[in-house]
Amino acid sequence: MDQATFLFDILLPALMEGLVITLQLIVCSAPFGLALGVAVATGRQYGGRIISPLCKGFVYLIKGTPLLLLLFILYFGLPSIGITFSAFVASVIGFILCNGAYNSEYIRGALMSIKDGQMIAAQALGMTRSQAIKSVILPQALRRAIPGLSNEFIYLIKYSSLAYMITVIELSGAGKLVATKYFTYTESFAVVGIVYLALVSITTVAVNILEKQLAVPGTVRATAAVQL
Amino acid sequence: MNNNDCVLRVEDIHKSFGGKEVLRGITFDVRRGETKVFIGPSGTGKSTLLRCINQLTLPDRGRVWLDGEEVTNSGARINYFRQKIGMVFQNFYLFDHLTAVRNVELALLKVRGMGKAEAREKALIELRQVGMEDWADHYPAELSGGQAQRVSIARALAMDPDVILFDEPTSALDPELTREVLEVMKRLAREGMTMLVVTHEMGFACSVANEVLFMENGVVAEQGAPDLLLRDPRFTRMKDFIGRLDDRPGD
Amino acid sequence: MDVLSILIDWFPYLLSGVTVTIGLVIAALGIGIILGLPMAIGQVYGSRPVRSLIGVYVWFFRGLPILVLLFLFWFGIFPGIGLGHLPAFIVGAVVLGLRGAAYQSQIFRGGIQSVGEGQMIAARSLGMSRLTAIRSVILPQAMRIALPGWSNEYPNILTDSAVCYAIGVAELLTLASRIVAQTNVMMPIYLATAGIFIILNYGGLKILHGLERRVEIPGFGTGAV
Repeated sequence: MDQATFLFDILLPALMEGLVITLQLIVCSAPFGLALGVAVATGRQYGGRIISPLCKGFVYLIKGTPLLLLLFILYFGLPSIGITFSAFVASVIGFILCNGAYNSEYIRGALMSIKDGQMIAAQALGMTRSQAIKSVILPQALRRAIPGLSNEFIYLIKYSSLAYMITVIELSGAGKLVATKYFTYTESFAVVGIVYLALVSITTVAVNILEKQLAVPGTVRATAAVQL
Repeated sequence: MNNNDCVLRVEDIHKSFGGKEVLRGITFDVRRGETKVFIGPSGTGKSTLLRCINQLTLPDRGRVWLDGEEVTNSGARINYFRQKIGMVFQNFYLFDHLTAVRNVELALLKVRGMGKAEAREKALIELRQVGMEDWADHYPAELSGGQAQRVSIARALAMDPDVILFDEPTSALDPELTREVLEVMKRLAREGMTMLVVTHEMGFACSVANEVLFMENGVVAEQGAPDLLLRDPRFTRMKDFIGRLDDRPGD
Repeated sequence: MDVLSILIDWFPYLLSGVTVTIGLVIAALGIGIILGLPMAIGQVYGSRPVRSLIGVYVWFFRGLPILVLLFLFWFGIFPGIGLGHLPAFIVGAVVLGLRGAAYQSQIFRGGIQSVGEGQMIAARSLGMSRLTAIRSVILPQAMRIALPGWSNEYPNILTDSAVCYAIGVAELLTLASRIVAQTNVMMPIYLATAGIFIILNYGGLKILHGLERRVEIPGFGTGAV
């Protein structure tokens, strides 16, 4: 069969199905990854003698372990001690943990960059520490963390491909299956690559727009938040 | 043109930045051993003029000759000319990753191709000339402004230039540190170095300059020997400017 | 069967995977510098076409997932140019290296651009050519500035090396899965593997931090002019 038929009748439909799965993975992971990042960062920064080291340890463990190994543990390892997740759920859990750990580093950096005066002023007004964190510190910190958080989001888009290694047929898995069946490796993976590049580029542009919208008037950034 | 006595000839230099003409036809000669001082309001292109001479900034129009050879339009030969034209900057621009002595010897090694021992020896000699040989192994970050500037003078001297251009050498220094640098410069002038100096330091100008050139609006408005300029009632604009300098509070 | 004795029996095998993993990391860092540094210089000092070309390279290798790059090169490109017989390790090393160069070139570029412009001006005023100035004045400073950022690449490359499992490179994760398949012991093996990765990670970082301290210059990097 000729290139066009292959492309439009076989490859693209398969890739679109895979893309749907990829998007589902991302949509399920991102919000919780962000929440986990906030929780771990604030826990590490403001937590007591127990919570803070726990958060620190969590981050060290996750950052020091390959995501793929983490996925293997969640999908292949846990069943041996009685916990079974579906492949999709195991992937999402892995992504949330990984995304959360890296997010927490960016948020922690942003938290540390907020001047002490902000917390002092809030407490002077009668706010408890948690209120101050929620209403004064975090809103500023999260804005400052946008460049880092969006970088991590882009990484999430890319490492969602690892779900294929634990049998989830997302975008790259779909591409491989077609490639193997029809012996069209270079072409199939090239198209898969193009789809990822499109995803990443669109996200980059969207994030830069978002940052400009959310910026506090008077704070100027020299360069765009995300540069690919 | 090929006058042995004339080291540097600058002819009709023009330069614009973004529509604004900063230099509008500067012409002068510098004889061997002369010290010429340029003064004038900020933004009149004095620094730009110096940079046009060694082509760090390319003039829109005009030519420069060093010892009879044309510096402008010389293509890759500009590197050769820059060896013979020394430059000292307001912000020193010492190489931060090198000690003082290595700052001075770097160009000797890389540009002149000197041997290590020879370069080191010459570098130490120049540092001694500016009184910094005890600080040879210190990094720029460990030096005061005045010390750093003296090292940068040594660095320029090491190349045995025909002329040295000083671009507001003491403007970034505290008053106490200014003196040590001016002393070095005065000694150089008295020992016969050919120098072009852009500065606000009138005391320096009066003591060692052969000629003072007052620049305003991109041209040389008034020029003459320092004592002449100060005494002759004709040079009103320059005297006004100097008067304004003296009125600065805290001076 | 006693889990502990299984662990002990298979540990040497597992460790042999460490050598391959370290080999991948060194290749990635090495190719990353060899390609990345010239690319960074090209992006800062090069002409427009050069800058665009490098920009496209960086966009491509940073925009694609490592898994897709490995598949593309292992199944498609290498066989396509007649190098299909090369072992997976070589392909993995090349892919990690090309990708590493894309990331590292941006780190080096940041370093070069952080060097104050006065440094180049002073160098050229002494008669140095552009190339000599870059080599003797700009790069020594740029590399020191870039060192912390470059060290941060190490954990990324280490964890990315595990993805080479997908093309069968006999690195640490691959060997761990083989042991699991053979012995049916899962969590202890996986956790031991995770432990080894963590040790490699923080051990490597310690070495890099030591390197940073060794090339430190008093007062450098704090507002250089």
